[in-house]
Amino acid sequence: MRVNFTVNGRPQEADDVWEGESLLYVLRERMGLPGSKNACEQGECGSCTVRLDGVPVCSCLVAAGQVEGREVVTVEGLADFAKERAEHGGCASGACGTSLDEAKKWQARPGQDSQTGEAGTDPAALSPIQQAFIDAGAVQCGFCTPGLLIAADELLERQSDPSDQDIREALSGNLCRCTGYEKILDAVRLAAARQGEAV
Amino acid sequence: MAQNTRTVPAGTPTNVTQNHTKGGIGESTLRPDGTLKVTGEFAYSSDMWHEDMLWGQTLRSTVAHAEIVSIDISEAVAMSGVYAVLTYDDLPAEVKNYGLEIQDTPVLAHGKVRHHGEPVALIAADHPETARRAAAKIRIEYKELPVVTDEASALAPDAPLIHEGRDDHHSGHVPHPNIVHRQPIIRGNVAAARERADVIVEGEYVFGMQDQAFLGPESGLAVPAEDGGVDLYVATQWLHSDLKQIAPVLGLPEEKVRMTLSGVGGAFGGREDISMQIHACLLALRTGKPVKIVYNRFESFFGHVHRHPAKLHYEHGATKDGKLTHLKARIVLDGGAYASASPAVVGNASSLGAGPYVVDDVEIEAVALYTNNPPCGAMRGFGAVQACFAYEAQMDKLAAKLGMDPVEFRQINAMEQGTLMPTGQVVDSPAPVAELLRRVKARPLPPERQWETAGEGADVRALPGGLSNTTHGEGVVRGVGYAVGIKNVGFSEGFDDYSTARVVLQVINGEAVAMVHTAMAEVGQGGVTVHAQIARTELGVTQVTIHPADTQVGSAGSTSASRQTYMTGGAVKNTCEAVREKVLEIGRRKNGSYHPAWATAELLLEGGKVVTDGGEVLANLADILEGEEPIDLELEFRHRATVPFDLVTGQGDGHVQYTFAAHRAVVEVDTELGLVKVIELATAQDVGKALNMLSVVGQIQGGTTQGLGVAVMEEIIVDPKTAKVRNPSFTDYLIPTILDTPTIPVDVLELADPNAPYGLRGLGEAPTLSSTPAVLAAIRNATGLELNKTPVRPEALTGTL
Ligand code: FES
Ligand code: FES
Repeated sequence: MRVNFTVNGRPQEADDVWEGESLLYVLRERMGLPGSKNACEQGECGSCTVRLDGVPVCSCLVAAGQVEGREVVTVEGLADFAKERAEHGGCASGACGTSLDEAKKWQARPGQDSQTGEAGTDPAALSPIQQAFIDAGAVQCGFCTPGLLIAADELLERQSDPSDQDIREALSGNLCRCTGYEKILDAVRLAAARQGEAV
Repeated sequence: MAQNTRTVPAGTPTNVTQNHTKGGIGESTLRPDGTLKVTGEFAYSSDMWHEDMLWGQTLRSTVAHAEIVSIDISEAVAMSGVYAVLTYDDLPAEVKNYGLEIQDTPVLAHGKVRHHGEPVALIAADHPETARRAAAKIRIEYKELPVVTDEASALAPDAPLIHEGRDDHHSGHVPHPNIVHRQPIIRGNVAAARERADVIVEGEYVFGMQDQAFLGPESGLAVPAEDGGVDLYVATQWLHSDLKQIAPVLGLPEEKVRMTLSGVGGAFGGREDISMQIHACLLALRTGKPVKIVYNRFESFFGHVHRHPAKLHYEHGATKDGKLTHLKARIVLDGGAYASASPAVVGNASSLGAGPYVVDDVEIEAVALYTNNPPCGAMRGFGAVQACFAYEAQMDKLAAKLGMDPVEFRQINAMEQGTLMPTGQVVDSPAPVAELLRRVKARPLPPERQWETAGEGADVRALPGGLSNTTHGEGVVRGVGYAVGIKNVGFSEGFDDYSTARVVLQVINGEAVAMVHTAMAEVGQGGVTVHAQIARTELGVTQVTIHPADTQVGSAGSTSASRQTYMTGGAVKNTCEAVREKVLEIGRRKNGSYHPAWATAELLLEGGKVVTDGGEVLANLADILEGEEPIDLELEFRHRATVPFDLVTGQGDGHVQYTFAAHRAVVEVDTELGLVKVIELATAQDVGKALNMLSVVGQIQGGTTQGLGVAVMEEIIVDPKTAKVRNPSFTDYLIPTILDTPTIPVDVLELADPNAPYGLRGLGEAPTLSSTPAVLAAIRNATGLELNKTPVRPEALTGTL
């Protein structure tokens, strides 16, 4: 079957999709967007979390056919998504999501050494939660990171100053095997504090 | 004296602190791969993609022990989209087995399967679903054999032999062919010492089978090459060890198997053994196309070895004043169907079986069994974890029997620098066991009943059971428990443990730039960060690039045993020092006549300059290197030699370095439903020297959480009748979520080890040891129950077992 949907603001079309394919598979293997991770493929770990029409979902549990005509944001589009939101005053304004015009400008960042990341990505291009994860040491192997970023960003969109209990509740669907979570909490607190300062 | 126009004039010393190179050791430099990891651009092994690639799939046995009567692949081969189906008969070389130490693991089962989930056949197809469907079409007829699942069935007189006709180097000294390896440690006179004991305590402890449960599944991409070889991009812990095992079964010389590390999503010991590496290469070579294999979570539980489950019997004695008299221990580790790292796990469990305590009269015996259970091997803490669980429970029992405070009792017996290990080895660097305990104890306790809110009853989210709203605080009791542990660093028992680093220094765009090339597997621990820090410190440069890890450079050894910062960090340091010598040689040649310090002073590289130890600047690094060939050196680094433990007495200087951590756990238990909430897990650890405190703390918190997991929820459950795994999924094998994990305050001590690079101590594993027994001690303290088994399940707390 053919599936048409919007990914990070860009209209996309996937052909020859099997009925059984998940959104995660289509993103990773057909669209060349491997940022969403495949750790359990049964909705238990949250590594594959994306936003589907604004709602965080496990993309491994979404059948590709279900996204027909809908909007998906993955970690690859998170920075632009957050920027757009910041510029339009957050969700309350109804401007959540990336406008088509904005999104058309989206493109993958210039090539880098995938092992070291030494070649320069412009740090200003990161969303506050992405930068906070780096600064707080919340990234070790990083496999859980994309899913956590999507979930944490959505939390901060809803709640600008979450309590620790709120953060734990919001991230309880995302497993991380490396960090012990403490630095992930630090990162969310840091992003919230920076957002608070910026206002 | 003539002045070099390119240097600061002599006689105007520059304070070197102004030239201090940023991002050197001791600073919390951020990960170089952080940006890629938060943007989704970092390429993990499961993200590899190649035009025209096929998907590989493994067919695994559905039974634990059986003869293979027949395999019929005809239907699978005939399916459209299927490119190859391989069985044992298709293996191209004489060598058909692999293994870390004993080559007893078949690439594909031949004649027999020995555990549930053993690989039997391989499929390559154009879509992963095609491959799965083809696998389902392969017909295998098994004739089931009786299963060996525990010590009694393994050592029974008529027990089936898991490996008939063994002739490995351990088979000559083990008392039974179903024992992989046995190590006694005997010192002093236990019978005489027992006479001096005022109290004696005994305990039988059971440690469940833990899984590494790294998030990034086993995966990789094999690309056939024109020269008949293969390029493999894979997530592993040790490229060169893989290479040694892969090349012979492919029938290729090692140069024709080129390996590159792809992004690794955690490891924790679970990637020390081969998983899909050989399978992907076989399929790629057969089909002539790139083949990608990605395990799903179900297969991942079968695709790597687990932590050895163990039964431990301990007897300790102590005098009235709290001094340990003796220790008698027997540790039985279940190694499962193949040897993997079992011999080394036995060595650790026995030699570290007395814990960080002074006890002169010791009889310890550790064995690992061959059974039809899933193979077990390396996991964070490696043998020391199981022992720590038992000896720490014993310490609490002894303290209780003597009416002493459990921390004080431990401190009375705590080893220190100069103590003799039960192996006779002298602990020759700081061993601050008593101090670590003091620190966790001195920390203020978290407030009681934090879940009580002013006026509104309980915030159920903070209670055991959380939002499932099972209690409002009735029947919730608190407990506090302590534990401390000792772990070795690096590979022990005479292993030729070394690491290699290549460093290139050159001028690029007028700036001195260093490149560090090693084969170290970055599995998330942050090696890439500290290597750059070391190069900056040693070479005084700002720009350091890390070359991707591959087999084009010498071996870095394994990313395990807490050894990489010590070993590959040490190799980077040594190579940088040699590069520095070259720089100074060139400097002397070019500028030596301009300033006497070139010939006489101790010279350093700092802030891109050559400076004297007095802080006087002699030259710019870039000026020295300008117009020269890049300095390009590759050197090996070895730690001090160790020896194997004596096979009868266990004596010998078998370990390189010891590392210590302590925990205090505070728990709340809902005694009605048997639910545990860990409130806090305070940690103190000696790291010798923290090269990067941010990473150090992250490692300690992560290790602590894995110990917490095994205390209250993690266990691979194997059916004792059939040896089949019952819970191979994240639905049924539970790892801690952010709701299960408490705050983990970390107190870091830095007492230098004079024998180690920068004085550092390997640190990744130690926190996993003591976290589990601390949680158990806290639950016992809260409930008054014995609790001798991990994980503590609700039934154990409510008496409904
Ligand atoms: S991969 Fe989707 S929840 Fe784990
Ligand atoms: S950083 Fe490795 S799983 Fe979270």
